Amino acid sequence: MALSQLASSSPSRSVNLLKPLLSAISLHRPISTDTTPITVETSVPFTAHQCEAPSRTVQTNAQELLNFFRDMAVMRRMEIAADSLYKAKLIRGFCHLYDGQEAVAVGMEAALTKKDCIITSYRDHCTFVGRDGTLLEVFAELMGRQAGCSKGKGGSMHFYKKDSNFYGGHGIVGAQVPLGCGLAFAQKYCKDEAVTFALYGDGAANQGQLFEALNISALWNLPAILVCENNHYGMGTAEWRAAKSPAYYKRGDYAPGLKVDGMDALAVKQACAFAKEHALKNGPIILEMDTYRYHGHSMSDPGSTYRTRDEITGVRQERDPIERIRKLILLHDLATEKELKDIEKEVRKEVDDAIAQAKENPVPEPSKLFSDVYAKGLGVESFGADRKEVRATLA
Amino acid sequence: MYAIARQRILGQSFQKMRPAVSVLRSYSSAAKQITVRDALNSALDEEMSADPKVFLMGEEVGEYQGAYKITKGLLEKYGPERVLDTPITEAGFTGIGVGAAYYGLKPVVEFMTFNFSMQAIDHIINSAAKSNYMSAGQISVPIVFRGPNGAAAGVGAQHSQCYASWYASCPGLKVLSPYNSEDARGLLKAAIRDPDPVVFLENELLYGESFPVSDEVLDSSFCIPIGKAKIEREGKDVTITAFSKMVGYALKAAEILEKDGIYAEVINLRSIRPLDRSTINTSVRKTNRLVTVEEGFPQHGVGAEICASVVEESFAYLDAPVERIAGADVPMPYAANLERMAVPQIEDIVRAAKRACYRSVPLAAAA
Repeated sequence: MALSQLASSSPSRSVNLLKPLLSAISLHRPISTDTTPITVETSVPFTAHQCEAPSRTVQTNAQELLNFFRDMAVMRRMEIAADSLYKAKLIRGFCHLYDGQEAVAVGMEAALTKKDCIITSYRDHCTFVGRDGTLLEVFAELMGRQAGCSKGKGGSMHFYKKDSNFYGGHGIVGAQVPLGCGLAFAQKYCKDEAVTFALYGDGAANQGQLFEALNISALWNLPAILVCENNHYGMGTAEWRAAKSPAYYKRGDYAPGLKVDGMDALAVKQACAFAKEHALKNGPIILEMDTYRYHGHSMSDPGSTYRTRDEITGVRQERDPIERIRKLILLHDLATEKELKDIEKEVRKEVDDAIAQAKENPVPEPSKLFSDVYAKGLGVESFGADRKEVRATLA
Repeated sequence: MYAIARQRILGQSFQKMRPAVSVLRSYSSAAKQITVRDALNSALDEEMSADPKVFLMGEEVGEYQGAYKITKGLLEKYGPERVLDTPITEAGFTGIGVGAAYYGLKPVVEFMTFNFSMQAIDHIINSAAKSNYMSAGQISVPIVFRGPNGAAAGVGAQHSQCYASWYASCPGLKVLSPYNSEDARGLLKAAIRDPDPVVFLENELLYGESFPVSDEVLDSSFCIPIGKAKIEREGKDVTITAFSKMVGYALKAAEILEKDGIYAEVINLRSIRPLDRSTINTSVRKTNRLVTVEEGFPQHGVGAEICASVVEESFAYLDAPVERIAGADVPMPYAANLERMAVPQIEDIVRAAKRACYRSVPLAAAA
């Protein structure tokens, strides 16, 4: 990566050379508000299908890179903490962790506004946080408490944040793709000039309903971006065992596609910005994010029966998204190693505080068993297990 | 509500004097007859006119004017952005409809028949019905799924199933089934206005039938409350519950029974979920006998739920076991004589009512 940066000749290069000098002089450096453009090349060029790939030269700045670092650190720490909480039996049922894939969530947010919609699968904790969900809402929901984003009624797979246009959080593999195309339909219907990103995995990529939705989206020119988060394993089945053609970015056939290094937040940002522009004018496009999850499919899966430990550690060493940004920040001297470590310490404390708060939060009131069955309950009766004992009137 | 109270009073005086469904009675100079098809069409038209968020989606709803002509003229009136012809991909277009409803639009998704809804049932149940609950009220789904349900004529096993009990068992859904034109108009308008997912089960064979409608029914603000059954005919000896086409059969059965001195009270359920247990139980407490009628498969059917409800709430009032008339417990056969045996006939309802009144004829020999 260093070689390619030396090779490019951008005017900001000379400014960077001065920076170490300046930093030695200044005692107080604003490390997160500097928006001086920095040009970076993505790790690998984009591979395109039925379209022209965007440039691999990405504009960023110190503020953005430090935000990336911090946001990904929060996500990473949050998922690791969730692992511990699950093992401590404070989280029950399903828990699908996203650590390793953080660059997709943060890169995407950098290219979008909150007017754009995002919908994803059950591996939704970090995507929710990217849409301004709070840590308390995450941990409280995971532990089934009132302060959870779904008030404890949803659980790990059902996080929503409608005011940020985040539509969940879906447990049925692939269902979110037609739903996402429906969101795009509605955006077009309302003339909102915004797009929907529908995320799905390499396992879901073979679902028939995806192709049905893509067909309709292409026919009706919907502003839908289908994002395949290809972490190469659908639960325990490697992509080559599930897909005759694992070139997911090409599977749209008539729909253009782009293959992206999903561990490079800047590449993700560039691709998503490109896709948004495309979709607003020309209808659906597929983005394949080449990414990786360190955990197994869920907390019930060790993730090592179908993958070698070498593979997992290899990705962690070579391609970790947070490490990439850390190196970039250090290379451009946007912060010191200590400052970055301090950020991580801060993040750890934030996460720990949120967990402590969530633990104190009460479980939902028993009456909530019957709330929100309908938006308009019409005063009808609903029943508990023993209807002679427990009945409620739905408001 | 005021409109409905007025309607009930009108309706009840209507009932006592009206011998048969098909005979036109004009009480006001403006009493009109409209087909169920026209009733549905006008309801869709008015709701689309009143609310720009309402749009239609389905196979052949646009240029073909609707497979059963229910959506006739609507493409011309509202344009291709609001009346959308879909490919034959139920899972895909139903998911798209539900997603649009998440965003706040009000889709009316047509299934050419509800048999095809099985291709999309995950979206109806998991994406639509449960979302408001799972999101603790953040994501409501104001969608209507409508289309013909149940048996038609000679269409065979894969095209004849009744889905009322399947959908009605699911919390989060509302399930409606109109009988006449008034039901069709009022319930469809209510369904479109309702903020929750509604499964609207029509009947192909009723589309062409005409029913008298009052001026009030024809008014664009007309609406029937969801969750309230209608007593189509008052009686004192036995309660007969039915929905959709079977209401017509039950009414005819009631006329036949009257000749034998049995006065049946016919309840048109209108709403399968929520089920109007109150009206049903009140009626059974009056008559002490119950016959449930439905077209669908008998096991775990609507009648089973009604029977359980009455046994739980009004056991002491029952003078006879509850009788269930339902479709035969077999896939729908094609041959006309077998098909006739596979759906309830009027004589089945009459026989069951007489049994409930301990006036039965000896059992027929087993086939």
